[in-house]
Amino acid sequence: MALTKLTVNGKVYSVDVDPNMPLLWAIRDVIGLKGTKFGCGMAQCGACTVHLNGTPVRSCSTPVSVVKTQKITTIEGIGTPDHLHAVQQAWIEEQVPQCGYCQSGQIMSAVALLKQKPNPSDEDIDTYMQGNICRCGTYQRIRSAIHKASGLLQEKKPVKTTPAPVGK
Amino acid sequence: MKIPASFDGKTDASSTEIFKASRRDFLKIGGLFSGGLALGVSLFSCNEKGEKTATLAPNVYLTISSAGDITLIAHRSEMGQGIRTSLPLVIADELGADWSKVKIVQAEGDEKKYGNQNTDGSFSIRMFYKPMREAGATARLLLLQAAANRWKVSVTECDTQNSQVIHTTSGKKLDFGELVEEAQKLPVPAAANIKLKDPGRFTMIGKATPIVDLHDIVSGQAVFGIDAFAEGMKIAVIKRCPVVGGSVKSFDDKKALAVPGVLKVIPIKGPGLPATLSKPLSGVAVIAENTWAAIKGRDLLEVQWDLGPNATYSSAEDIARLTKEVARAGTVRRNRGDFAAAKAGAKKVIEHTYIAPYLAHATLEPPCALAVVKDGRCEVWACTQNPQGARDILAETLGIPVDKVKINITLLGGAFGRKSKPDFMLEAALLAKESGLPVKVQWTREDDLHHDYFHALSVQRVVATLDAQNKLTGWNHHIAYPSISATEDQSVVQPSDGELGLGATDFPYQVPAIRIETHDAPAHLRIGWLRSVRNIPQAFAVATMMDEVAEARGVDPVANALELLGEDRNLTFEQEMGKGKYPNYGESITDYPWEVARMKAVIQRVAKEAGWGKKLPKGSGLGFAAHKSFLTYVACIVEVRVEAGNKIVIPHVHYAVDCGTAVNTDRIRSQFEGGAQFSASLALKSAITVKNGQVEQNNFDGYQLIRMPESPKEIHVHIMENQAKPTGIGEPPVPPFTPALCNAIYAATGKRIYTLPIDLKG
Ligand code: FES
Ligand code: FES
Repeated sequence: MALTKLTVNGKVYSVDVDPNMPLLWAIRDVIGLKGTKFGCGMAQCGACTVHLNGTPVRSCSTPVSVVKTQKITTIEGIGTPDHLHAVQQAWIEEQVPQCGYCQSGQIMSAVALLKQKPNPSDEDIDTYMQGNICRCGTYQRIRSAIHKASGLLQEKKPVKTTPAPVGK
Repeated sequence: MKIPASFDGKTDASSTEIFKASRRDFLKIGGLFSGGLALGVSLFSCNEKGEKTATLAPNVYLTISSAGDITLIAHRSEMGQGIRTSLPLVIADELGADWSKVKIVQAEGDEKKYGNQNTDGSFSIRMFYKPMREAGATARLLLLQAAANRWKVSVTECDTQNSQVIHTTSGKKLDFGELVEEAQKLPVPAAANIKLKDPGRFTMIGKATPIVDLHDIVSGQAVFGIDAFAEGMKIAVIKRCPVVGGSVKSFDDKKALAVPGVLKVIPIKGPGLPATLSKPLSGVAVIAENTWAAIKGRDLLEVQWDLGPNATYSSAEDIARLTKEVARAGTVRRNRGDFAAAKAGAKKVIEHTYIAPYLAHATLEPPCALAVVKDGRCEVWACTQNPQGARDILAETLGIPVDKVKINITLLGGAFGRKSKPDFMLEAALLAKESGLPVKVQWTREDDLHHDYFHALSVQRVVATLDAQNKLTGWNHHIAYPSISATEDQSVVQPSDGELGLGATDFPYQVPAIRIETHDAPAHLRIGWLRSVRNIPQAFAVATMMDEVAEARGVDPVANALELLGEDRNLTFEQEMGKGKYPNYGESITDYPWEVARMKAVIQRVAKEAGWGKKLPKGSGLGFAAHKSFLTYVACIVEVRVEAGNKIVIPHVHYAVDCGTAVNTDRIRSQFEGGAQFSASLALKSAITVKNGQVEQNNFDGYQLIRMPESPKEIHVHIMENQAKPTGIGEPPVPPFTPALCNAIYAATGKRIYTLPIDLKG
């Protein structure tokens, strides 16, 4: 065990964990942010995708020891419930999710893709997103939502916010 | 545990009665309601004569507070199909509610309160559409009456809209909230006085409504089974016997206990054989402070197993054996005419053997459950499809009364039938009891693939005979696969009537001689049900053979299907099978007939929409398949392009679907989009193989699923408009896609597919 400082979504957490612990479990079990999901534990499905200094990584296969001072961003950190990120907004407009379990990871990958390639083609999207499995099969809508988000981001207008809808 | 009646038996035929909830009734839903109007729905199960036998569900489904807040209860499990949205919207539409102010609360698992909650077999909408409409319409009438009384006008001059009652002639309006106190005092109107909305006036039913969990999901706030939390919670990961029926002989936990964070090591007794549909497998659990420590500890456990009689089982040998088996005569399960004579007189005989592998559900969220067992009570939080089944078996296993067991249902990160088994919930409860700690059992992906309730492998042989006039004269379908029932009772070695009724014995085409035969196939794994169950292999064999029949007859496949379906009429199968042998998805064939006209209509529609018959470049092709399942009629056309290196590209998929009244068109579309992808995985990628009784695939590198680059690109869903009773949409998209794809590959390459997953190199 070792005391480590982790910066997640701009907040610093001191965690006392095995340095080999995958970042995923430090985020979920120790820090308590549950938006990042576990699907395979070996960089096969993308459900656990987070950003380190803006670059997407599979947190299930990234030991806490390699993070050091890099800034971690999770699904909870790309927008706020009242001010969603353009990618989240596009996901709502295209009604992407089915069960929703893979979607944190899909959104984190999509955010990173659009940073790298603001106008991706279908092929760019397919190639970039192939590390993210959706067992429910929402691929077609993910593709449309990424195109939509690309448009929203380039409009440079503040993203319209969706009020928290029914059910809450 | 019982196999769902939705495909193997009879669903609870129910009638309904609406009642006004007393203060005590709505106190039961705890803190949600502090005065106003609360309505419940009683569901009655009926005997065959339609007489009420038992009250299943006197519970509150709808409350309106004096502030105008409307709370609707979602009592079915949400796994991506959108049911938490679709049933409440039915109530809201009938009521005339302002949907943006409606709150949805997930019910706990309690059969006495909510009736059947086993979310399986694509029947939530089928079973609850009408009761939910009646609940909404009753509340509406009470509010109309209250307003009419206040305004001293006739009820017929009043209407509801946006959570207000409107006096249509004067334009006067009152908010629901202002009327609930009075409405609550009025007697519940007799069923005969309840008028359901004219479908032309629906504001939500038949339209596209976004799911209620959308915002939570995209912002990472949605709570799945894996996210359940209780104070002081510990995590357990279990090493289970790699062979079904085996058990722990001895174990050494020294190294596991030395891992920092590991707290306890506890063995779990297994049922041996039969493995059952409910009990946990024999294993050793490591309980730790966090998931990582539990996984590490589990890896360091040293366990000696008694592997039991399945330790020599090999799936490859099983397929070889069943291939020989289906070449012989079997047990006849449906017979029409004289197939032997048809064969003797045939000009042409087409005969092929179809092989499909074991499949795992591989829900992206692996099974997981949290349990707290304290003071003679047990509370569980889990991603379960069948909370009531789990509740009963938890009570029985822990030796406590059922009402001391509380099941909280989280969102399900995919389910597909896997999460209707309570084994993982029992593991959590047993470990919580034994350790005295709140325990969450977390399955890893390896656990999930090794210890699933698998979709069974299958071998089928189909023989079709044509006479000199190219008429299809005979159809002989041989079927062998381990039955789901064998998981409970090992003496079962043949498919059940229910399993055969999923696309084999309900063969709808007009052929003078039909003989359907089954063969022995004992089970060596835990066999379960996967999205659309036996429809998958049976539709694969039937619909690809039909394509060959069309070709041999020199008839276009679509025209062939339309011709062989014959005159518009309702089909029955029982006279060729025996009384009670065609389950019809748990419904009576009078209430839900097999209507040839509806099948023909979806076929014609899909052919039109997909441009069937159009010229495609070399290497491309269209394939067709039609298949009714779960009472929903579906026809599918897949376009395929086979590129260099046998790369399969699927640019378009067209579906025409008749599921009766469409409730939420967006979720119908999304289920079909997802169903095509689900079917694409099993057609192109997925197989579980077994050697020495042990599953050979460990993770998504071995058990592959479709990913974005190879996924079908554009899936077009054409929904038939009609007012027939609504039927399910979760499973019906899956069966026809795979044979349509195989037929498209034939059109593109001239290669027929007889084995899944498709391997064009082989
Ligand atoms: S859980 Fe990390 S990639 Fe699957
Ligand atoms: S939405 Fe269910 S796994 Fe993607």
